[in-house]
Amino acid sequence: MELLVATAIGTLTAAGIYMILRLRTFPVIIGTSLLSYAVNVFLFASGRLALNAPPVLRDGVEVYTDPLPQALVLTAIVISFGMTAVIVMIAVGSYLSSDDDMVNDPDADADQTKEGAA
Amino acid sequence: MAPLADNCGMSLFLIIALPFLGALLPGLMIQAGRQSCFIMTFLVTASALIGLATHAPAVLAGDVVTAQLNWLPSLGLNVNLFLDPLGLMFAGLILGIGLLIITYARFYLSRDDNMGEFYTYLLLFQGAMVGIVLSDNILMLLVFWELTSLSSFLLIGFWKHTADGRQGARMALTVTGMGGLALIGGMLLLGQIAGSYDLTTILENRELIQASPLYVPALILILVGCFTKSAQFPFHFWLPHAMAAPTPVSAYLHSATMVKAGLFLMARLWPVLSGTDLWVILVCSAGLITMVLGAVIALFKDDLKALLAFSTVSHLGLITFLLGTGTAFGAMAAVFHILNHASFKAALFMTAGIVDHAVHTRDMKRLGGLRRLMPLTFAVATIAALSMAGIPLLNGFLSKEMMLEEAYHTTLFGSPYLVAVVATLGALFSAGYSFRFVAHTFLGPVRDDYPDTPHDPQVGLLLPPALLIIPVIAIGVAPFLAEPFVKIVTQAVIGNAAALPDAHLKIWHGLVPALWMSVIAVVGGLILLAAFAPLARLWAATPRPEAKDIFDRIIAAAVSLAYVFAERLHNSSFTRYAAIFTATVIAIGAHAWFTGVNAAPTRDMLAITPVGFAGWLMLILATVFLVTVHRNRLATLILMGVIGLMVSVGFNYFSAPDLALTQISVEVVTIVLLLLALNFLPNATPVESTAGQRTRDIILALAGGIAAMGLTYAMLMSDFPITSISEYHLANSYKGGGGTNVVNVILVDFRGFDTFGEIIVLGIAALVIYALTEALLAGPVRARLLNRGYEEARAGDAHPLMMVVLTRVLMPLVLMVGVFIFLRGHNEPGGGFIAGLVVAIAVLMQYMASGFSWAERRQRYPYHGIIGAGVLCAGLTGIGAWFAGAPFLSSAFGYFRIPPMEKFELATAMGFDLGVFLAVVGAVMLSLESFSRLGRRAGIEESDYAMDIDPSRIETLTGGES
Repeated sequence: MELLVATAIGTLTAAGIYMILRLRTFPVIIGTSLLSYAVNVFLFASGRLALNAPPVLRDGVEVYTDPLPQALVLTAIVISFGMTAVIVMIAVGSYLSSDDDMVNDPDADADQTKEGAA
Repeated sequence: MAPLADNCGMSLFLIIALPFLGALLPGLMIQAGRQSCFIMTFLVTASALIGLATHAPAVLAGDVVTAQLNWLPSLGLNVNLFLDPLGLMFAGLILGIGLLIITYARFYLSRDDNMGEFYTYLLLFQGAMVGIVLSDNILMLLVFWELTSLSSFLLIGFWKHTADGRQGARMALTVTGMGGLALIGGMLLLGQIAGSYDLTTILENRELIQASPLYVPALILILVGCFTKSAQFPFHFWLPHAMAAPTPVSAYLHSATMVKAGLFLMARLWPVLSGTDLWVILVCSAGLITMVLGAVIALFKDDLKALLAFSTVSHLGLITFLLGTGTAFGAMAAVFHILNHASFKAALFMTAGIVDHAVHTRDMKRLGGLRRLMPLTFAVATIAALSMAGIPLLNGFLSKEMMLEEAYHTTLFGSPYLVAVVATLGALFSAGYSFRFVAHTFLGPVRDDYPDTPHDPQVGLLLPPALLIIPVIAIGVAPFLAEPFVKIVTQAVIGNAAALPDAHLKIWHGLVPALWMSVIAVVGGLILLAAFAPLARLWAATPRPEAKDIFDRIIAAAVSLAYVFAERLHNSSFTRYAAIFTATVIAIGAHAWFTGVNAAPTRDMLAITPVGFAGWLMLILATVFLVTVHRNRLATLILMGVIGLMVSVGFNYFSAPDLALTQISVEVVTIVLLLLALNFLPNATPVESTAGQRTRDIILALAGGIAAMGLTYAMLMSDFPITSISEYHLANSYKGGGGTNVVNVILVDFRGFDTFGEIIVLGIAALVIYALTEALLAGPVRARLLNRGYEEARAGDAHPLMMVVLTRVLMPLVLMVGVFIFLRGHNEPGGGFIAGLVVAIAVLMQYMASGFSWAERRQRYPYHGIIGAGVLCAGLTGIGAWFAGAPFLSSAFGYFRIPPMEKFELATAMGFDLGVFLAVVGAVMLSLESFSRLGRRAGIEESDYAMDIDPSRIETLTGGES
């Protein structure tokens, strides 16, 4: 299972990085969300994987998974919603004000096209 | 040291704090008029001076007054202050001359100058200076040191409308700021060597410090700091340009305070740093070069203030040289000259300001003959200038004699005569420019082409310099008056490193060599004055490097070098930053991976189950599809939903039910949010990137993915290198927190403070969104939004009957689930976060079904208020612990039984969790509501009804027909 979790995190990270490097706001936001998934799962996994051992105390049960990363990730999930909402708002605001959802400045894009042509 | 000293007199903290606190007053008091503003400022400084005076008897009797406050003991950074005779002398000069300057400035500044602003800067500067001289901790000293650089920047550039003022201020800040950086390095090294950042400890470790291999770098760095501050060669050039400041600033900064800070530090550290060959060579040479160079340039300056500026440079060089000789006699002469120079130089600057004020020029070519027109000014200026020239019966003579005496006995670079000759040369030019200052301003025939009518100024301008003349004459005539004080201060400078010299301050030492050197200097000075015209022509014809040009070229070179990097890296392309960032992170990680030691796996891999594999496959496929179809934004969102669902299921599968519940409810609101956003954004992403860019991105993405995968796998296959603190949480969750759901107990109890901070962040994020919406709707975007058309065909009933009925039925059920999840949170998976999200979804459904305006009219409590109530509720629960005598956020719980119900538990943590719940509901709803407010369009009638088609409403049916 560890291999599966590791590859899942790797895939999410790769997809997140690729999307962040796109030129429009929406894919960049999607990219940050994908990276949030990857980071949250990574932090959660830092408590190591365990099946059927939720950190809810029961009489007679001795083995529990690590509760600490779970508590940290729980707040991280909620906060990442707040942050996503803020950047989405910024993206919408900038699109509505300028009719343009490019992430780069126009002159920087000109540079890039030059580079691309060169 | 003496504990009783803490109890008598004003606290040292207060002496430093007074100018800083007082700096708030002038800006306010200026509303009440210039006079009240002046009086307030004067009183602030006067109280600090009186406070200082309360300590004077104890300090002069040999006590050291201390005050301590541990601030960051782990960094060795404590607010330790001490007042010894050296500090007393400097603090007295700073505050005493400060009083005179404040008075002088009252009459000097014109009505166009903002006096409140000026006094505020002045007091800030004063506080920083007092801080330097009273600090016992060298880190504190550095803080104050930087503060003087910053506040002097504001003072020098006070006349913002003049280019000279701005450039002078910038140059001063650059030079002293760079010196400050060097000084930080040097002081940290010094602290490292001595093992303490307390000056009193450092000063006792002379042998240890001088034997250390770090002594040389520490010394050089500290000297760079001192030399830049005190304008020593080769950093002398900033001081004359700082003369663009108003004259009170020049008089204050360049006679008694700012430029003396470097000297103060050299004197302060004299016991541990001085005496080595390196010290003598560096400090003596810099001092001598500065002394002669400054004096020569000063002679040929036509601007009164420029002349005084270079003369200050020269005199600072003189004092530096005296400290550099490393003998106790040199230190005594330095202390004495610091005192004398402060008095006559401040007086000279002020008289130059008076001349400028009255005649409206400082150019000596246009002056002359003022002695009859401004007799009082002439008297004051002449006495001060003659003291500077070193004429007997004035204080400047005494310390200059001591300097020449010291020079006569100093051997540098193997030559016993070199120093004596150079020092005499410096004194000669010094006499020359002092004579010229008087002769070319006041003597000579009265002219008829002054820019304005010369006249003696009002008392307020003349009194401060006149008061300074009193010590000039008094000490000059009766040097024994100053001797005890000078000796006490000298003792404080040299500490245990040398014995106090038994020389006395007196006018007549007999026909000693110093007297002859003095005679040569004065006679030579007169000859220079007589031969000034041909010399000036010669000087004008001599090519010489202009320090300002060199400085400007260095700055220009640094700027263009910076551009080379900045324009490549920082070209306003977000994509480029992201790529650079990713590549850097991967490179650093890879470096650590390949150079570090990777422990062998210590855990066995869990067997792959079919369910696990199926979930993994779905996640991977969804992610890959997402990347391939990402140009279709709606499809992207659907795939995001799949990924989020798989992540939630995965959390649940790996024993994290709380995370699973949170993730899935966050997923719902996130997708709603993104759908709302997509309502305003284009539906598709065009192809813009080149194939080359995409290749680069794919390589970066794959590298990042592989790195993350490798790291995760390595981590998952090994155990914790040290024992985790999680065991503590598991063991104490029930005993200490009264809950069996350890995750929830951690959130509301063990790490309650974190959670408290997090709900505040969440609330702030929601308020930011609200504020951005307001800003958008206040601008031109509002009209665009109201008038935009529809891209897609519209549904006949936007608020369909089925959905309205269904959500209406679901609402109480979902609320019930929310309450249930909230209540069981402490012992079973659930809690405030999850309950908040569930309830938010319940409310959200009503918005979706019946429309924004309908739902909003029925929303009784504003969401801002709910966020605030949540934060308050959590905070008050935490504060409640105080009443039980426990720290913030400590929890208590108990078990109760109300027959016939089962025994149940009540914990104060529930109040905290309620706060979390409210904050989450408020934050989620405020964010989404803000987006919805953007969606209103013109021409849409706001329906009073929950659904568009309602069979029970007759008029809709009949209305459609008629």
